[in-house]
Amino acid sequence: MLEITNLVKRYGHDEAVLKGLDLKVEGNSVVSIVGASGAGKSTMLRCINRLVEPTSGSIKLNGNELVNLKGADLRRARRKIGMVFQGFNLLDRLTVMENVLAGRLGYVNLYQAISRRYPQADIERAFVLMERVGIAHYANKRADELSGGERQRVGVVRALMQEPEVLLADEPTASLDPRTSEQIMILLQSLASELSLPVLINIHNVAQAKTYTERIVGLRHGKMIFDGLPADFNKDALDAIYGGIEAPDDAITDTPVEERSHDSA
Amino acid sequence: MVDHAQQLADRVWQRYDRKQRLIRYAVLFATLMVVVWAVRDIDIFWPWVWDAPNQISALGGRMWPPSAEGLNGIIAALIETVHIATLATFLTIFLALPVAYIAAQNTTPNRACLWLGRFILVSSRSVNTIIWALLFVAIFGPGVLAGILAIVFRSIGFIGKLMGEAIEEIDRRPVEAMEATGASKAKVVAYAIVPQVMPAFFAIVILRWDINIRESTVLGLVGAGGIGVILQGAIDTFAWPTVATILMAIIVLVLIGEAITSLLRSKVL
Amino acid sequence: MTPPDAPSTAPRTWKKPPFIANPLLRYGLIIIAVIYLVWAFGSLPFNWARISEGVPRAARIFSGGFPPNLERYELLLTGFKESFQIAILATLLGVFLSIPFAVMAARNIAPMPIYVIGRAVIIVSRSFHPVIVAILFVAAVGFGPLAGILTLTLYSIGFVGKLLAEEIEEINWGQVEAMKAAGAGYVAILFYAVFPQILPRQVGLSMYQLDSNLRASAVVGIVGAGGIGGTLMNAFGRYDYDFAFAILLIIIAVILLSEGVSGWVRKKIW
Repeated sequence: MLEITNLVKRYGHDEAVLKGLDLKVEGNSVVSIVGASGAGKSTMLRCINRLVEPTSGSIKLNGNELVNLKGADLRRARRKIGMVFQGFNLLDRLTVMENVLAGRLGYVNLYQAISRRYPQADIERAFVLMERVGIAHYANKRADELSGGERQRVGVVRALMQEPEVLLADEPTASLDPRTSEQIMILLQSLASELSLPVLINIHNVAQAKTYTERIVGLRHGKMIFDGLPADFNKDALDAIYGGIEAPDDAITDTPVEERSHDSA
Repeated sequence: MVDHAQQLADRVWQRYDRKQRLIRYAVLFATLMVVVWAVRDIDIFWPWVWDAPNQISALGGRMWPPSAEGLNGIIAALIETVHIATLATFLTIFLALPVAYIAAQNTTPNRACLWLGRFILVSSRSVNTIIWALLFVAIFGPGVLAGILAIVFRSIGFIGKLMGEAIEEIDRRPVEAMEATGASKAKVVAYAIVPQVMPAFFAIVILRWDINIRESTVLGLVGAGGIGVILQGAIDTFAWPTVATILMAIIVLVLIGEAITSLLRSKVL
Repeated sequence: MTPPDAPSTAPRTWKKPPFIANPLLRYGLIIIAVIYLVWAFGSLPFNWARISEGVPRAARIFSGGFPPNLERYELLLTGFKESFQIAILATLLGVFLSIPFAVMAARNIAPMPIYVIGRAVIIVSRSFHPVIVAILFVAAVGFGPLAGILTLTLYSIGFVGKLLAEEIEEINWGQVEAMKAAGAGYVAILFYAVFPQILPRQVGLSMYQLDSNLRASAVVGIVGAGGIGGTLMNAFGRYDYDFAFAILLIIIAVILLSEGVSGWVRKKIW
């Protein structure tokens, strides 16, 4: 269970980016966080694994406070929090397998990391997960030779290698074409239930948020102004979140193509 | 997913395939052989190597604290060093531009000039400043003239080569347009080529001036003037605290030179 | 001077607008430049009597130098072999050591006090011409190739370290973030997210540095740090101009060859 209380983030002396957020995520629910650019979505996600230092507030993962951790404790906490990035953030010049195994860097020692002598269990887990998302045959390809959708699958597998207790996805589909981004959303949705893992997804695409997630959280100017079921996310909520700022990527009405057949090759 | 894992057990993964590994080992082995040969064959008395850290720190100890004695002489020598670099860079401009002109494919009058130009550039660049200085000291005797000439002769190759490349990269069309007006060769150069290579020219000259400041600090070691003369003198008389002062003065000079070049770059370019 | 309502009668003139618009600044700069040149030329000590002997001396040196004499080719071979050895060992040492210094001198991954140390080492080793460093090492560890290796190692650390540090400052930070998010430690992040990104640059720089160390190894010998430079210096000192010219020609040939090879390898690896 992830519990965020009164989270504040301020850069320097500027106006706070996050103004006292409260959020509780339990079980294996998939939560999407929507909001205009600059609403604080990305900052909130990065506060959870402390890529961004929160100014004040509390973040608890399964009862453990994350905000004050330092050094090795912080690293131990981070390995329980998987993260998928908008730009994939793969190690471009390394192979897919090395990228996937890099998810274990919080567990293995330095010698194992540098010499690439990972425990056999890790290698097997890597193959299982890669097969699950359909990239096992690319194991020895360089990460920058893959297409966008394949690269994001590597990113997802890398995050899952951490055996995370929560998965954060920061605009995981924003760099992908519409069809591929649907596949990634379906993948995240089904992985959440298979691994009974709570997933937080920052997303710009409201239609996808409504289709593939069970709960929508709307942010505006660092405050939460909507928290509810996709069915309740109506025109008013949309206007409240994006009103006067920008039009969301897709109109609220057009529902994406249903693609229930699992895309694992 | 768990039952999946059963069939997949004992899978292995290796970072490189066989061919890649062979190539890597071959390269590694070749490098190692060269190193082993170099280490075994080189004329080094090994006990000195293990003693080197002590010797170096002992030398450092003798230099500390730097002595302020003779600071006026050092500053005068620094100014002389700057003069050598600046005058040499200035003179080089007049010699390097014609060479660049005949060594650029698109402006050279004929093939003989092209090869002559290239020959001048290559021989200028391949001989280090200090070797040029050695030669000019032998001819003109010790002094700043040898130093200035050494820097000029080395800089011709540098400025000439880069300017030649800049001339080769110009846009042909203005040249054609000027030729179409019936302008003479010199007029075409003045109107269609000079304006295009002007920015490159300033950038190259400023860059070379910065390099020349560094180079002129060592000319004195072979007797060709500048701060190197008193550095050599201080080393020969084992005046280590003075050596330390001179070294610090050189760092300050080089940093000032860098500051001036970056200022000029932002102002002129 | 011309009243504004009279342009139709006056002949119309046009002048090229000057490069520097402000006339005070324009003429000021010209005057400063002229004064500087006069001052610099005037203050430099030229020994005109000695210089006037230059032409006959030059004639003597060049006539003594031709034809270049390769009789003592064994001395030449030993000198070159030593220069190669110095260049190879110094390049390897320098390129390896430049990595930790580059990491220390990269603002984005080094903590503040370490960054200052790293930058200082690089600035100092770049400020000194290798020949000055060579003299100091000769004074510390004695004549011979050891001083040459130490000199060129420091020289390589300064050059490769600076460019590598700049490369590290420009890496794709997302990869570092991803490794942090996975809970990786500092060294593991370096090996996974930083080094692979700078590797191609490092290989290119190493080839370039081998070439430039070979050039420099020819000159550090002049102050006694081993290699062909020492042979050349001796030949000059003994007025052995025909041998000196032979050495000089071969140095030029070797440098051109090494420049070509290094350029070719860098193009292949890129």
